[in-house]
Amino acid sequence: MIRKTIFAGFGGQGVLMMGYIYAHAVMNEGYHVTYLPSYGVEVRGGTANCTVAVSDEEIASPIASEPDYLVVMNKPSLYTYQNRVAPQGSIFLNSSIIDTSPTRKDLNIHAVPAGDMAGQLGNPRVLNIVMMGSFIKKTGLITPEAFLKGLKQILGEKKKSAMEINRKAFAAGYELQI
Amino acid sequence: MQGNRVIGEAAIRAGCRFYAGYPITPQNELTEYMADNMRRVKDGTFIQAESEIAAINMVLGAAAAGARAMTSSSSPGISLKQEGISSLAADELPAVIVNIMRGGPGLGNILPSQGDYFQATRGGGHGDYRTVVLAPASVQELADLTMDAFDLADRYRNPVLILADGMMGQMSEPVEFSEPAPREYPECYVLNGMGKGKSKFIRGLILDAIRMEEHNWKLYRKYQVITQKEVRFETFWTDDAEILIVAYGTAARIAKGAIKRSREMGIPVGLIRPITLWPFPTEVIRSFAERVENFLVFEMNTGQMVEDVQLALGGIGKVQFYGRPGGVIPTPAELAKVIAYHVRKK
Repeated sequence: MIRKTIFAGFGGQGVLMMGYIYAHAVMNEGYHVTYLPSYGVEVRGGTANCTVAVSDEEIASPIASEPDYLVVMNKPSLYTYQNRVAPQGSIFLNSSIIDTSPTRKDLNIHAVPAGDMAGQLGNPRVLNIVMMGSFIKKTGLITPEAFLKGLKQILGEKKKSAMEINRKAFAAGYELQI
Repeated sequence: MQGNRVIGEAAIRAGCRFYAGYPITPQNELTEYMADNMRRVKDGTFIQAESEIAAINMVLGAAAAGARAMTSSSSPGISLKQEGISSLAADELPAVIVNIMRGGPGLGNILPSQGDYFQATRGGGHGDYRTVVLAPASVQELADLTMDAFDLADRYRNPVLILADGMMGQMSEPVEFSEPAPREYPECYVLNGMGKGKSKFIRGLILDAIRMEEHNWKLYRKYQVITQKEVRFETFWTDDAEILIVAYGTAARIAKGAIKRSREMGIPVGLIRPITLWPFPTEVIRSFAERVENFLVFEMNTGQMVEDVQLALGGIGKVQFYGRPGGVIPTPAELAKVIAYHVRKK
């Protein structure tokens, strides 16, 4: 079994954080995992992406030429990556700002109004964790508890206070009917 | 944990107490990690030098004073360090140099590449010398080989190069740090005052021809010992292979993926992965040639290690090459097609 996911969006939307927490959580569950961020010539407000590969055996390439899952937080990322998704794969999109549908018709599309939901929770910055709630539920690879454990480790002691709002955000995404 | 940071952590655990560096992508997180964590340890020194050249010469100074010292950079920066690396070899000083390779020549780009193979395995700078070159293929190996690099440098009083690429540096994987062995090294050379003994000196300028020749042969004999004792490699699915891929680092990982795909299609293919690029596993490759005829060298460059494989085989067997330079990372599926093509052609 190998599952590859590309997370993509604007810099500042917590795109790398989504991938990093996910990678950390699946590592705790005993899987082989690689996390590869885009790096270098990035600019503020530009695009960011990362790739997470999860497998029960050694992972050859951390790059996803045909990801099983695509999580996109903005429109340019949808356009860039939708054609790479493996047949019968899934796209999770932030429908708060992506107002178009993917052109691919063979995929499972999960529209999550992550931006709006985070706003309603009182902190628009947690949109990435809302999205991860839906992602973890639909992909079913790890339990919500495992993800929250990973999240807690990444936030660490310093940001203990942030855990509450993140927990709410995750629950909102997880319970969303999509 | 991210590859670059893992190198830093492994170095500190291995007793590295001096790091000097100058920022360059894609190895910046290593410099950053050292800035943050050298202060964690007693006597730890971090210096952001004014240039790559300054950094390597600071490392030379620290090594002469007996410290476990390290510097790191990426391809263009490693070119700048060559004068210092040559001096370290001439002076017989231990040091660890990390090259997180990027696309080249020139400033090139910041993407993963394996274009510095020749530079790394042929010494790199001027003069008749070699550096031990370690090529990790996973984040775990980055940790293990970084620790080993310090031991090797001490054992042979010679610079050791860790040759990885941008993907190794940027990628995160789970890692477990092993307990480093206690440091063993001959303190005789350390410039810490003469005390009651003889005065000590370290020099790389030997004007007398006969003495210089003696020094060259002395280094040569040391390199012969390293060649006999320190070759490391991994084999993967070679037992019944009829075609063998030779690849290292990131390329070797991709090759493993390609081999799994090829095996599913019934193609008997295996991998030889050199872990030390110098000393090169010449004997190993030659011994495989006794029963395997076809070799496919796969590199993320236009063909460098392929020359060492040809030298190892000495005209026996067929050597093919497949390469993607410039920061392109081929997929396992792509390489599997190349394997299938060569098998059909055969």
